[in-house]
Amino acid sequence: MGAAFVSLYTLFLLAFGVLPALYAIYLAFTTKGAFVGFDNFAKVFKDYRFWPAVEHVGIFLIVWLVMLVLFVVLLALLVHSIGIRWLSNSTRFIYYIPGALAGASSVMLWLFVLDPTVSPVAFMLKAFGFESLVSVVQVDRLPFVLAVIAFWTGAGGWIVVMYGALNNIPKEVLEAAKVDGAGPIRTAWSIQIPLMRKWIAYMVIMSFAGGTQLFVEPRVLSQASRGVVGQDYSLNQLAFLYAFKQSDFNGSAAISLMLLVVALALSVYFVFKGGLFERA
Amino acid sequence: MDRPAGAMTPGQWMGRAVAILILAVFVLFFVVPLIWLVLAPTKTDRQLLLEAPFAFGDWETLAAKWTSLVTFQKGLIWTWIGNSAFYCVAALCITLIISIPAGYAMALTEFRGRKALLAATLIVMLVPSTALVLPIFLELSAVRLIGNPLAAILPFSFFPFGVYLTYIYFSTAVSRDLLDAARMDGANEFQVFWKIAMPLATPVIALVGFFNFTGNWNNYFLPYVTLPGRKAPIQVGLAELLSNVPAFNPTNAASTTISLSALALATLLAIAPVLIVFLFAQRYLVSGMTAGGTKE
Repeated sequence: MGAAFVSLYTLFLLAFGVLPALYAIYLAFTTKGAFVGFDNFAKVFKDYRFWPAVEHVGIFLIVWLVMLVLFVVLLALLVHSIGIRWLSNSTRFIYYIPGALAGASSVMLWLFVLDPTVSPVAFMLKAFGFESLVSVVQVDRLPFVLAVIAFWTGAGGWIVVMYGALNNIPKEVLEAAKVDGAGPIRTAWSIQIPLMRKWIAYMVIMSFAGGTQLFVEPRVLSQASRGVVGQDYSLNQLAFLYAFKQSDFNGSAAISLMLLVVALALSVYFVFKGGLFERA
Repeated sequence: MDRPAGAMTPGQWMGRAVAILILAVFVLFFVVPLIWLVLAPTKTDRQLLLEAPFAFGDWETLAAKWTSLVTFQKGLIWTWIGNSAFYCVAALCITLIISIPAGYAMALTEFRGRKALLAATLIVMLVPSTALVLPIFLELSAVRLIGNPLAAILPFSFFPFGVYLTYIYFSTAVSRDLLDAARMDGANEFQVFWKIAMPLATPVIALVGFFNFTGNWNNYFLPYVTLPGRKAPIQVGLAELLSNVPAFNPTNAASTTISLSALALATLLAIAPVLIVFLFAQRYLVSGMTAGGTKE
């Protein structure tokens, strides 16, 4: 009987989870319906745009993940240490609001923030010597720009999650540390952070998988920066170009499949090794 | 820092000052762009360039920007917002219809393949939805659904995270004994679900609905590839507007252009529904996300 309740969901899982992946596998290993082995992958690897895109995404991931771990943990610890309840709650709330602007709208907003002619923080941009949006979004600086945008929209949600993890640490443990003469930094380093490790790993893995998918931010920036940011900056953009500009669905599927394998591997590893879903 | 508790030492005082400073700097980092965005549509482009960034312009300018935005290509912005509303509400209904029974069944009933379905749900849930966008596009184009509203609604309705939330909720909040008692009274399986489990499910329905709606409203990549042109939702439309802003595209010679502050207004309109849901659901959501931790 339970099977009847899950039948519709199973159908959707097959249609929009399993089937697209299988179809991508089929496309990636064929050309015009004929099996071609790894030819499509070889073609993509030889594309002059592929390795730069890998490099762009890689640098972005490093910058973003370092930023995310450092500041999310720091801010969660600090917010957690606020003794006044309403103040702690509203600080978390403020950090969380930008999460409402995921997608194109956050990039749109940051176009303004990063444009020294209209930016609310123009004085800072000008202090660094930037006079126009184009000079801010130069390719070598882009990983930082993209990381800041991603951090602005995503960090608040993680701070809330980390705060929850901190709240799960029994009060007695923290009291005992205090009695032993541990200051706040010592307590954070030897008690709180080790107990948050599982959640930090969760955040890093999720963000890594999400970060490899970079698409909307460089796309909108590309449109606004008069081509300074390339249309082939990230891997997903390249896969998009294959499908839409070159009508090469096989090449597109090959790139998508590589990204999907990375995401899937991380996810499977985490589900079976991460320990967050022990209940399951 | 390692001093016994008691009166604040200079070191502790410094530590606290630094902590407050860091928290305050990040409050500014997170809210300054938003405050700027709310004020920008009240100013003309000239004022945006010359006046203080947090000055309020005037209501007449706001009205003028509003008119220029809603008359742009005969109200194209309303078409986009209408599309978004249609796709997201339709997807929300389908999501609830498929996710709530599925999560319930996985938590409280036995059937063959339950463990496998649960594992598959967890795995797909952790794969970023963008990873499947191009494969879904390729699949939908093979069955010729590209450009059909279903090309957004159906993928939007597949929401494994919602199934997982429902599963967690039912397995912790509702006991099997309660359901067994109803079965003893002669209720069939469907009645047990509808009369016993559903009335208890309101909180999780709200939670699933919130995450599904906000996620879909903000989704850019999937509708961008599956629903081109006038069928596009507002997020895609917003990026389209950008190409009509001369400040970002000086070569654009189109007769109807969008000013910077009208673009800011469009951004504000695009995020308004989600922002409103966020503000009202905030208290509830934060307590929901940290539930279990706040047993004081």
